[in-house]
Amino acid sequence: MEGAHNPGREKISSRKPKLYHQSGESSIFVESILDSLNPTDIKDPEYFHKVVDCQYACPAHTPVPEYIRLIAEGKYTEAYMINWVSNVFPGVLGRTCDRPCEPACRRGRIEEEPVAICRLKRVAADYKEDVSQLIPGKPASSNGKKIALIGGGPASLTVARDLAPLGYEIHLYDDQKAGGGFMRSQIPSFRLPEEVLNEEVGYILNMGIHTHFNHYVSSLKELMTQGYDAVFVGTGAPRGKDLPELPGRWDSEGNIHIGINWLANVAFEHTKAIGKKVLVIGGGNTAMDCCRTSRRLGGQDVRVVVRSPMNELKASPWEIEDAQHEDIPFYPLHSPKAFITEGGKLKGMEFELVEARYEDGKRKLVPTGEIVFMEADDVILAIGQENSFPWIERNLGMEFDKWGLAVVDPLSFQSSIPSVFFGGDAAFGPKNVITAVAHGHQAAISIDLFCQGKDLIKDRPHPMTNLTRQKMGIHEWSYDNQTANDKRYKVPHADKARALTDRLLEVELGFNEETAYREAQRCLNCDVQTVFTDSKCIECDACVDICPTSCITFTPNDEEEALRTRLSAPALNLDQDLYISGILPTGRVMVKDEDVCLHCGLCAERCPTSAWDMHKYLYHAPKACSL
Amino acid sequence: MTYARPSFRHPQIARNDIGFSKKDYEGALSTLCAGCGHDSISAAIVQACFEMSIQPHRLAKLSGIGCSSKTPTYFLGNSHGFNSVHGRMPSVATGAILANKDLIYLGVSGDGDTASIGMGQFVHAIRRNLNMVYIVMNNGCYGLTKGQDSATADEGSVNKSGAENPFQGIDLCGLGIELGAQFVARSFSGDKTQLIPLIKAALKHPGFALIDVISPCVTFNNNAGSTKSYDYTREHMEATAAVDLVPMKSEITIDQAGGTVELIKLHDESHIALNKLHRDWDPMDKISALRNLHEARLRDEILTGLIYLDPNSRDLHAILNTSDRPLNQMAENDLCPGTEALEKINQSYR
Repeated sequence: MEGAHNPGREKISSRKPKLYHQSGESSIFVESILDSLNPTDIKDPEYFHKVVDCQYACPAHTPVPEYIRLIAEGKYTEAYMINWVSNVFPGVLGRTCDRPCEPACRRGRIEEEPVAICRLKRVAADYKEDVSQLIPGKPASSNGKKIALIGGGPASLTVARDLAPLGYEIHLYDDQKAGGGFMRSQIPSFRLPEEVLNEEVGYILNMGIHTHFNHYVSSLKELMTQGYDAVFVGTGAPRGKDLPELPGRWDSEGNIHIGINWLANVAFEHTKAIGKKVLVIGGGNTAMDCCRTSRRLGGQDVRVVVRSPMNELKASPWEIEDAQHEDIPFYPLHSPKAFITEGGKLKGMEFELVEARYEDGKRKLVPTGEIVFMEADDVILAIGQENSFPWIERNLGMEFDKWGLAVVDPLSFQSSIPSVFFGGDAAFGPKNVITAVAHGHQAAISIDLFCQGKDLIKDRPHPMTNLTRQKMGIHEWSYDNQTANDKRYKVPHADKARALTDRLLEVELGFNEETAYREAQRCLNCDVQTVFTDSKCIECDACVDICPTSCITFTPNDEEEALRTRLSAPALNLDQDLYISGILPTGRVMVKDEDVCLHCGLCAERCPTSAWDMHKYLYHAPKACSL
Repeated sequence: MTYARPSFRHPQIARNDIGFSKKDYEGALSTLCAGCGHDSISAAIVQACFEMSIQPHRLAKLSGIGCSSKTPTYFLGNSHGFNSVHGRMPSVATGAILANKDLIYLGVSGDGDTASIGMGQFVHAIRRNLNMVYIVMNNGCYGLTKGQDSATADEGSVNKSGAENPFQGIDLCGLGIELGAQFVARSFSGDKTQLIPLIKAALKHPGFALIDVISPCVTFNNNAGSTKSYDYTREHMEATAAVDLVPMKSEITIDQAGGTVELIKLHDESHIALNKLHRDWDPMDKISALRNLHEARLRDEILTGLIYLDPNSRDLHAILNTSDRPLNQMAENDLCPGTEALEKINQSYR
């Protein structure tokens, strides 16, 4: 999972490096005692991993630059498979991912916007050829172990995919009629077409998974008597929050909806219409899906009303933007006061305006006393969701915390009952699809170790890493090292008038191949690492002189804090490491600030001795089976 | 293949007093060999001009022929430039300086361009005290024609093919002092902390300022036995003093004034601060400077830093009392005032 914060480096004191000093006396070297830093250990697998910001930020550690290069080469199938191995649902995630990679993207620190990583992933899924031959089918032989997965969402499906090829007999239980969990019931079709989800869920179910759909597991105790070697709980956070105490909440019937339930009803076509005036309460991504779905089911005056200030909405900025594009106004700083009904019929809602005040860095919402009424035919509550485990008997010996969550080990995902594992939203509360996938990988590793009687912590597999030289000739690299100046490309959208009349019509059209190529060229190839070999360096300064972003400095060694202030450019981003060499002949060290390195390879191109060289670093996060 | 530097720079890139960043002082991507000392000197020039807030259009680069003389393409891309004939840069400089005394003149030459084909021109540029900085990128060989020994190669230095140089090398600093140059310094491309302040001080000097910069040729003269390699220069360089340029408006801190620091006041009230490392060296005494040069050579040392300085330099304009107005700002009637004016002048002799 997460690597150490400053991998590859530890502080030492009382070293005695020789310091460069000009002196007319006897020697140009003087001895000095310094509190200085050890050279960076680039053999630590996490050091270069951390330089690949996007991959490091991705919970599943997808090798992003690797597949982006393949997209630029038109190798969509290969790009898709790299994704599929890491994140299991490239087509789904290429449309719906929360994109933790994009805020981390180095490009966003160089210019305004990061690479459109998420939408490039979709390009790989859209333009790939038939991949069914590349995906494992039913295993040839069984290993005699039987695993139950409760819940058919991304976490459980990931466990299934990682364990099935190893010969496990997998039983998947879900109360819905098909696999996919909340990816199916909560993400509207105009964001995620059903066929995309069916395809990727299908790849896994075709691995010989025994599915038990329309089957609600009502007792863990009973399930555990059925001879399973391990049980995985991936039931998500299925209970949408209500406002049960708000005046008027129970005075009308049928027009106040719980967001996630309402979305599921729409997805399974139990709900086909909504009133003209709709209030959506809440500012997260579920609220965005609710308001946009409402617009498609007949809502004309659809409003998003939320307590927090506009700049603190939980929804992803792009989802807010898409909602606004569909003429949905936002009313921030409105705190729900009462549901107003007339003769058992909902008329609207009252809100009290609040003010955001900041004290000691904390935000407080202070009531102003001003009351606002808004008319409504329907109200959808999208104010969060909770875990719920009514089906786990409390006398089984499983430990729960004060919030009703099972106590789960953050590394092994094992609960206090050794054979029961958790993952996805069920483990630590609501997050997102990519986090659920990452949990699934880790839980699968644990289940596999558990079934073999191994230690779940000590025996965990290491990441697979590979560092390969990219030099082809004097000025030639096996990657495209020219830095493109293009600004981020926008994904085209379907015609708004049409989109609003068809709930199933996907709004985003995805990049075409030409735009995908250009967007892919914006990637800085952060996985092509600048590797420094101090024994080869003649300290000619060529790298310092050529580096466009002033990353490299030769200086006497020092403590990190002091070093950071006296580099060619100040190293203010403390999240980014300094790459420090061993002591060079002049007594100095090479210090490279990884922060805004363009990975353009010019330092290596201008290095006469190949002390700098560009090496591609591939990091594959560990998984239960190698695919 | 990389033909151009990426256009992105560090987001917190520093800006100088006139709002420019270092990028505004850069030139095209160098085509010299990777690791060439000349590129470091180019970078030092960029840094010096950036720090001094020189307006790029106020500077003219002049050069001859050779690896060194190609470098003006690689720095100060927004300045004027004249790439002249081999060894003839001083003539072009003389013309340019006479035509316009308002510009800052930066001559870049090599050991061949200066000490061989251009020697005749070099000595007269010094004799006339042209107001210019003359940087010699000195690698002791002809790098552009496969590395033959040049006139500055030291006697006994071994070239890449293994042959020892049988001839004495010309010491450009000693020669410069002998010819009357009033700012003479030597430095090393691999030591920017020394080189940058020297370039800044030279740009301030109102007269001919010579900086002989040892600049290793990585391709042909960086072998064992060469006396102009990175390793040899690092092992044998001795500095007269750590040098710093204190701009005219800044206060002189105690740190700079204490210890063995000597301040030399320049014509514009700025100062050169010298933290002297050679006790018996007086930078303003020619004989002391020459003695230190000779003694260092006897000890197999390369003496670097400021070597000789006469802050009361009188350049060509002062000597000839030339017009302050550049020629291109004078109209035809200024330059050819007509028969009436000539008559007046003739009358004054009668």
